[in-house]
Amino acid sequence: MQIDRRLFTHFDWTLLGIVLLIASIGILNLYSAAAKIETVGAPLYLKQIFWLVIGLAAMVTIAFVEYRFYSDFAYIVYTIALVLLLLVLAYGMITSGAQRWVKIGPLSFQPSEFVKISFILALAKFFHRPADRKGYSLKQLPLPFLLLLLPMALILKQPDLGTAIVLLLVFFSVLIFVKIRWSSLLAIGMTGGAAVPVLWNFLKGYQKKRIITFFNPDLDPLGAGYHLMQSKIAVGSGGILGKGFMKGTQSKLGFLPEQQTDFIFSALGEEWGLIGSLFVIGLYVALILWGLRIAVQAKDRFSAILAFGVVAMLFWHVFINVGMVLGMMPVVGIPLPLLSYGGSFIVSTLIGAGLLLNVSMRRYLF
Amino acid sequence: MMELNTQKMEDFKGRHKYFVVFVGLAFFLIFIRLWSLHVIKGSELRHLSENNRIRLLENLADRGMLLDRRGRVLAHNRPSFEVYLVPEDAKANPEVLAKIAEMLNMTQDEIEEKIEAQKGRAPFRPVKIKSDIDWNELAVLESNRVNLPGLLVDVRPRRAYDYGDLACHLIGYLGEADENELRQSKGPPYRMGALIGKYGVEYRWEDDLRGVDGGQQIEVDALGREVRPLGVVEPFPGNNLSLTIDLELQKTAEEAYQDKNGALIAMDPKTGRILAMVSKPSFEPFARNISTEEWKALVENPYHPLTNKGIQGQYPAGSVFKIVTAIAGLESGVINPNTPFPCAGTFHYGNRDFRCWKQGGHGTLSLHRAIVESCDVYFYQLGLKVGVDLIAHYAKEFGLGKATGILLPHEKPGTVPSSSWKKKRLGVPWYSGETLSFSVGQGYLSTTPLQLLMLISGVANEGKLLLPQVVEKVEDIYGNVLKEYPPQEIGRANVSQKTLQIVQEALKGAVNDPHGTGSACSLKEIKVAGKTGTAQVVALPEDFKRGDMNRIPAKFRDHAWFVAYAPFEDPKIAVVVLVEHGGFGASAAAPIAKKVIEQYLGVNPSPPQKTAGEENDSDDAD
Repeated sequence: MQIDRRLFTHFDWTLLGIVLLIASIGILNLYSAAAKIETVGAPLYLKQIFWLVIGLAAMVTIAFVEYRFYSDFAYIVYTIALVLLLLVLAYGMITSGAQRWVKIGPLSFQPSEFVKISFILALAKFFHRPADRKGYSLKQLPLPFLLLLLPMALILKQPDLGTAIVLLLVFFSVLIFVKIRWSSLLAIGMTGGAAVPVLWNFLKGYQKKRIITFFNPDLDPLGAGYHLMQSKIAVGSGGILGKGFMKGTQSKLGFLPEQQTDFIFSALGEEWGLIGSLFVIGLYVALILWGLRIAVQAKDRFSAILAFGVVAMLFWHVFINVGMVLGMMPVVGIPLPLLSYGGSFIVSTLIGAGLLLNVSMRRYLF
Repeated sequence: MMELNTQKMEDFKGRHKYFVVFVGLAFFLIFIRLWSLHVIKGSELRHLSENNRIRLLENLADRGMLLDRRGRVLAHNRPSFEVYLVPEDAKANPEVLAKIAEMLNMTQDEIEEKIEAQKGRAPFRPVKIKSDIDWNELAVLESNRVNLPGLLVDVRPRRAYDYGDLACHLIGYLGEADENELRQSKGPPYRMGALIGKYGVEYRWEDDLRGVDGGQQIEVDALGREVRPLGVVEPFPGNNLSLTIDLELQKTAEEAYQDKNGALIAMDPKTGRILAMVSKPSFEPFARNISTEEWKALVENPYHPLTNKGIQGQYPAGSVFKIVTAIAGLESGVINPNTPFPCAGTFHYGNRDFRCWKQGGHGTLSLHRAIVESCDVYFYQLGLKVGVDLIAHYAKEFGLGKATGILLPHEKPGTVPSSSWKKKRLGVPWYSGETLSFSVGQGYLSTTPLQLLMLISGVANEGKLLLPQVVEKVEDIYGNVLKEYPPQEIGRANVSQKTLQIVQEALKGAVNDPHGTGSACSLKEIKVAGKTGTAQVVALPEDFKRGDMNRIPAKFRDHAWFVAYAPFEDPKIAVVVLVEHGGFGASAAAPIAKKVIEQYLGVNPSPPQKTAGEENDSDDAD
């Protein structure tokens, strides 16, 4: 494939800069937060650097392939991702314990991470044909709902509630972006709302209890409540200036749950204080707003929806994760892009960034 | 590549500002929260983090008790005292370690090793140095408590089986939950390292027995001492199980085995309630993760102590199966009670001689005497006339060949062969010579002791088959009955009452008639009905003499069977006894059944009755 020279003139250095800056902070923060965690092989931050390099390579590759190519293969990619999910369920049943992972040689990855990207591709493909003037109506949407429900069901089976919620939120964000009729949105909302009490009655007592404590962790002082309290203590104890790099006691003494993944932000808040938290949040805001701009300035519908889907994914990840760490939201296992430890997650995030770069640098072409 | 669609792009642009506002609002909320935590609550939370001594302690729930049918406790929980040490506190005073070591009969090195193993722990987190200390050690520790900073004694419930290995296979054992069990638990999740039922009743009724663990957040001071509890969840004890077994009967049965191996099950034939369940050799029930060596020793023991042979062991039924052959003969009309067959000690069929256990033969006899004296040649001829498939049909009528459905893990179904079974399984047709072995309970036939108990109970109980049950009811700690297990009929053998009466009379004769093979089980006061059996372990050479049995290695000796019920007129107990490698059913198994029946029916034990000069006759070979 021949690469247009204009691609380089229009390359989105701002986006790349923001991504690299957040990723570097991520490594630094992980170095400190996971310093006391014993691992097999290399320390976590080195493993994360390894994955970061792989992710960056994927990002650049993905950025330079014309996105029309992705449009042609969107449903095929989606199908492959689904098959991988099925594999993970089947394979997981045999080995037990690790149903989210597929192992290839020495590397293992989570197909559910790549499902997110392929799902966005498939949505962009479907919605690239515009609806009539009033917007999409329910009658036109059975396929998108199928696209959503298949992977959601498989991911819930793993079980991975967090990723399933992200899929759902990305789906509705895209629906609003491509203009769904308000009446249809209302209908979906009301059906969903009406289904909740019905489903609730199907649940057994202990399942209900799990869900209640899930929304109100204080009812579970030995589980979620304890974790949340320690997380809040960590963030708040950082004060305005923070305790300093490598000086966080909450993370070093093992009070934080999942301090290298879902609760990484509390380690950041503890060591860097309000200044650090705000700086990183500011970078995320910049990334998201920049991404939104890329979406609305795109040259065609497919790339616009693709870019928007990636932005929606990033937004919900950041918003829910930080909200959870700060005790504003129920504890759902959703990691923080580029900060949380996790190979598949960092690669899938960077693939998303690659798609954004791709769309961004082609807005003047064709 | 397809052309890309650029219609209605203005829709997207129109929405841009709304999304920007939404994102702005969302992050504004986060900003407010960050401000409130970092700035407003900052100093308070920093103080908390600097004094972060909030620990989680678990309060384990008491596991439900196991009671016998009269409410006597078979398994309960006793307090176990666990000694912990906060090394940071002990370090200040080096003599403390030496003192503690002396009081606990440990070496100082052992304690230091345990502390070293927990190197990665958070500061001031206690390290367990000895669990389940005895009363003397506890008394010494407690009286010196003030001189021993950093020492903590914690009380936890620990499973206790007061009668040792009594009914161990029925009760089962506990072990640490593995990863699979942690994930698959239906109730509240288990914590890591939780002890859960792995076998027997402890396994099957785990969800009832486990209770709900509690715990607390406690604030501790700089020395690791508890200051105040913050959030407490009280544990709730598990439910108690009333088993159907009778403690005394179980004891009698176990003692009757002495050092022999095998299985015994006693049941009330009218209710299906199991009164005693023995499998030998036994094991000492445990409620902990046992060491690899201990586990290996149990698993590799050639006598299989971890197997509940009553439901997991599959053996040829031997002469006990003649009950089925007789029923098949009567029901099919091939014979009537008076149909005679000759026995000359051997029966020539095909090109081989099939022997009767009695060398000289029984002469000509009809059904009653054939069962009483367990004549093999009679049943060879009867079996040939009835045919394999009809015998198999009646075997299945009494539940042979499939699991009974008793609520205990790992029950085996056994095998009832038939011509179609053999064709399917082995791909070759049934040979009529095989019918001969089958009609006396050898060959492909395999049964569990429980299945033979079902057979004898069915005969005693007019063909009715009841689900064998080991638990009567489940009660919570307040005595409210949560679950009951009433008698449950699972089938009725389609056999006429007349046939059953004929067989019952013959079984009574087998125990009470002068030449009966089961006379070792006869009682003065009560009429017992029963049948002996011998299950071949290996094919013995054709010229094998009965007296040679003691000369062959024990592991090749035959298994001895005895099934019985009593009282004859109104059966209250049915028993199956299997003595592995015991030789002959009559001499090895029948006396054990006798002791159990005597105990259960309250009959004074009587010395074994010897039928003078006819000792050989009372044995049964095949």
